Amino acid sequence: MELRLLVQLGIIGLAFFMLINASAVLVLAERKIMAAIQQRYGPYLVGPHGMLQPLADILKLLMKEELRPKEADKWLFTLAPVIAVTAAFTAFATVPFGAETTFFGLLDEPVKLGIADVNVGLLVVFAVTSMGVYGIVLAGWASNSKYSLLGGLRSSAQMISYELSYATALASVVLLSGSLSLREIVNAQEGYWFGFIPQWYLFLQPLGFIIYGIAGVAETNRAPFDFPEAEQELVSGYNTEYSSVRFALFPQAEYINMVTMSAVATNLYLGGWHFPFVPVEYGWIAFLAKVGFLLFAYIWIRWTVPRYRYDQLMQFGWKWLLPAAVINLLITAAVFLYFNA
Amino acid sequence: MPETLQFYLFAALAIGASALVIGQRNPMHSVLLLIASFGALAGLYVLLDAPFVAVAQIIIYAGAIMVLFLFVVMLLNAPQEDAHKDPFALVRQSGLTRVGAVLALLLLLQLSWALLSVSGLAGPVDAGGDAAVVSSVPELGRVLFTDYMFAFEATSVLILVAMVGAVVLAGRRENEE
Amino acid sequence: MFNSSFDAVIPIVCVVLAALAAMAAEAFRGKGERMPIGLLGLVGLVAAGVSSALLWNRNAASFGVLVADNFGLFVTGILVVVGILTILFSSEVLERDGIPAGEYYALMLFSLSGMIMMAMANDLLVVFVALEIMSIAVYVLTGIRRDKPEATEASFKYFLLGAFSSAFFLYGIAFTFGVAGTTRLDAIGELMAAQAMVDNPLVLLAMGLLMVGFCFKISVVPFHMWTPDAYQGAPAIVTGFMSTGVKAAAFAAFARVFLSAFEPYIADWAPAIWVLAALTMIVGTVVGVAQVNLKRMLAYSSIAHGGYLLVGLLSANEVGKAAILFYLAAYAVTNLAAFGVIAVLGARDQGNDELRDYAGLWHSRPALATLMTVSLLSLGGLPPTAGFIGKWYIFAAAVSAGYYGLAIIGVLTSVISVFFYLRVVVMMFMKDREVAGMPAQVSGLGMAALAVAIAAIFYLGILPTQVLDLAARSISTIF
Repeated sequence: MELRLLVQLGIIGLAFFMLINASAVLVLAERKIMAAIQQRYGPYLVGPHGMLQPLADILKLLMKEELRPKEADKWLFTLAPVIAVTAAFTAFATVPFGAETTFFGLLDEPVKLGIADVNVGLLVVFAVTSMGVYGIVLAGWASNSKYSLLGGLRSSAQMISYELSYATALASVVLLSGSLSLREIVNAQEGYWFGFIPQWYLFLQPLGFIIYGIAGVAETNRAPFDFPEAEQELVSGYNTEYSSVRFALFPQAEYINMVTMSAVATNLYLGGWHFPFVPVEYGWIAFLAKVGFLLFAYIWIRWTVPRYRYDQLMQFGWKWLLPAAVINLLITAAVFLYFNA
Repeated sequence: MPETLQFYLFAALAIGASALVIGQRNPMHSVLLLIASFGALAGLYVLLDAPFVAVAQIIIYAGAIMVLFLFVVMLLNAPQEDAHKDPFALVRQSGLTRVGAVLALLLLLQLSWALLSVSGLAGPVDAGGDAAVVSSVPELGRVLFTDYMFAFEATSVLILVAMVGAVVLAGRRENEE
Repeated sequence: MFNSSFDAVIPIVCVVLAALAAMAAEAFRGKGERMPIGLLGLVGLVAAGVSSALLWNRNAASFGVLVADNFGLFVTGILVVVGILTILFSSEVLERDGIPAGEYYALMLFSLSGMIMMAMANDLLVVFVALEIMSIAVYVLTGIRRDKPEATEASFKYFLLGAFSSAFFLYGIAFTFGVAGTTRLDAIGELMAAQAMVDNPLVLLAMGLLMVGFCFKISVVPFHMWTPDAYQGAPAIVTGFMSTGVKAAAFAAFARVFLSAFEPYIADWAPAIWVLAALTMIVGTVVGVAQVNLKRMLAYSSIAHGGYLLVGLLSANEVGKAAILFYLAAYAVTNLAAFGVIAVLGARDQGNDELRDYAGLWHSRPALATLMTVSLLSLGGLPPTAGFIGKWYIFAAAVSAGYYGLAIIGVLTSVISVFFYLRVVVMMFMKDREVAGMPAQVSGLGMAALAVAIAAIFYLGILPTQVLDLAARSISTIF
């Protein structure tokens, strides 16, 4: 019993550690991939091939002076980045990242890979993610600066709009699997059609996956939907007035959100830790690979697709994405009813 | 006992935050305290073995409705009510508000009297079966589409009315362009 | 068709479909194109009326929360008449005042669907949803003329206070659920009857909170503060609609909740209603005397009429039973006729609703002046009009139930109220017009609607037995 608890704590610590470092890794990956796409080298000086660049960045940020505009709302200005990063971490709490495993025989009895197993896990992720918007909105408002305010306003409008499509896309998956628990959704995707096509919801819900992907990019405020920042128009948007560690927390939250989004997408559409010819015992490796691929896609999209115009974003969200998601849900429900009647 | 402790913690948080909501001069702070109050309510729902309701509370109230509140406060850029530095100034100034305050106090007394003097509820509170099953999501869905079917559908009309109303009051009209 | 479990929903569905059709028609309407959207509403309302006539005596119930008993159907009938008359008055007023027709009719029909739902609801939850459907549509209708600041103010006041009262109502539902473990009225009634002797403070609290919610909608003193402003600020046609429809629906639900579910506790709630009724009659009448704006005056008059309705509710014995519903019907047609006249006499940028605007109306528009006189006399309760019979039965019921005090207050306030109704009549017939400008020409539709309303006033006033009978038989289905 004692050991189990320790192992569970170890898993939580591991997840925390990986999430914290994910941002460092992702910053480097982002800059390297961007450089590759733009046919240049990217960071190259710090460490071999610039590998230690994130470390240098963090050191630099830590040594900077913490500035706060005179007219800023003292409490909210401090609170905003904390909310953003707390929500980002908390959202990952109910995302499972592997089946039962003994870690290559290191443990006597297998443990489930995941922090908390809640039977409404998917909704918890959704709820906590939607809390994250407060970090950005409050940062925008508390800074008492027009650029920040515009960034904050845009982000709240954008996130509300895309949350609907996102939730509707999720509803189709919930309908198919009959569960709101992410672990059960993953387990429902076990097995193969015709012996070789994995039964991932990606193949049943291609439209849903695309909608989820688009809405997910918008929810994390990434290009081509990065209006809250939009450096050409808003300097740096909601975080214009931030500096030092407080500033660092925002990209930190953004990268963690990306990881969460990718992990949830993997669980919902890509069969989680199931992968052809990989035993479930080592499924977490497959899981990491899938999340890694999705994160690569995030970065890939950012550096290939130009930013939308703000009104186009709203038009697209309400007039195309949401109706598509609703139609997808209706068709899914009808087909599901037909085959299960 | 820890459950009782948790209950009082969340309850105190909910009441305290709600009380502070009306005491704030800055509308932004009021909105945030209201969110905190909703969060505490969600905690109470979890203690009642109703995780779905708790999560729905967070998603709908804290996540969607309050964001719209913030949005409106930010758009209006409502100034702080500097006129009333003293939170009780309003009560001291006008006679009618004083009456209102007295009535509110009376309601509070009445509520506490009624709730304290009642000994055990007479009504059938037992919903049959164990709480985890009754409050599970499939069961909730089943009840919603059978027992509460009509209220559920009528609510869709209600929402439609609210949307039409918002468009009528705020939308652009043909003869105003 | 009439044997399924969906029966009771049919009248509501008819009205909702008409509202949706009005919305769709507005959406497909070309710019500047005219469409007979009101006609869609008429079709829906007639269908609702016919279906409720077919449902008569069947006691249909749907989903267990909606009952088409004769009580509900009778009120539905009143509401359908209110809706039809309002639509007939509207067509001309909308065009004159630049009110968007599609939105107006859609909201009005949605509101009516909520009212009908309220009259038939057998579940507190459904009562609440219906109340909100009705109220939200009416809040918006009050402020539908965005070019008039007073309309916006009225709408805002009505909305804020209405939301506040809804909270009370919801709180009452919560306590009722806490006591009874259900929101179904029949189940609550059984449970209350079983423990009626037990002194349960939670029941008192629940009844009190529910009463506040209902009394706000019927604008009973002291929950009437919004009424004069909302009635005056809203377009006259909307005022007519809400002063009759909202009141009838809210009163029907009030009667159903208190006479069927909380009937065992009548000894506890009757004194409260007594005080409210007395206050309402007195304040409504006395303050009404001082008004110089006709809409405001009629607002206070409708407050007073709410008091008479409460007297009927209180003395719901063999005589009083029929009186409640009869009074509702009489009040609905009468008040609608009065506001109809005000509506057709208005102009786009000028309400023409001050008392002095009516000076010498007899000389310029004799027909309208006569119609107005009849409806005012009926409001005042003079024979041979509907109002007289209504009040007669209400007071007779009060006396036979032993509420002599209320009957005396009622008669006295009626006499005082005749003073301010007659003041308008005197203005119309004996004064010369001081304000320049002739009131607008009235179209055939509006006149037809007025004529129907006046005919109804006389019919109810001279041959009341049929309707009284019907009313007596329908109300006996709830208690």
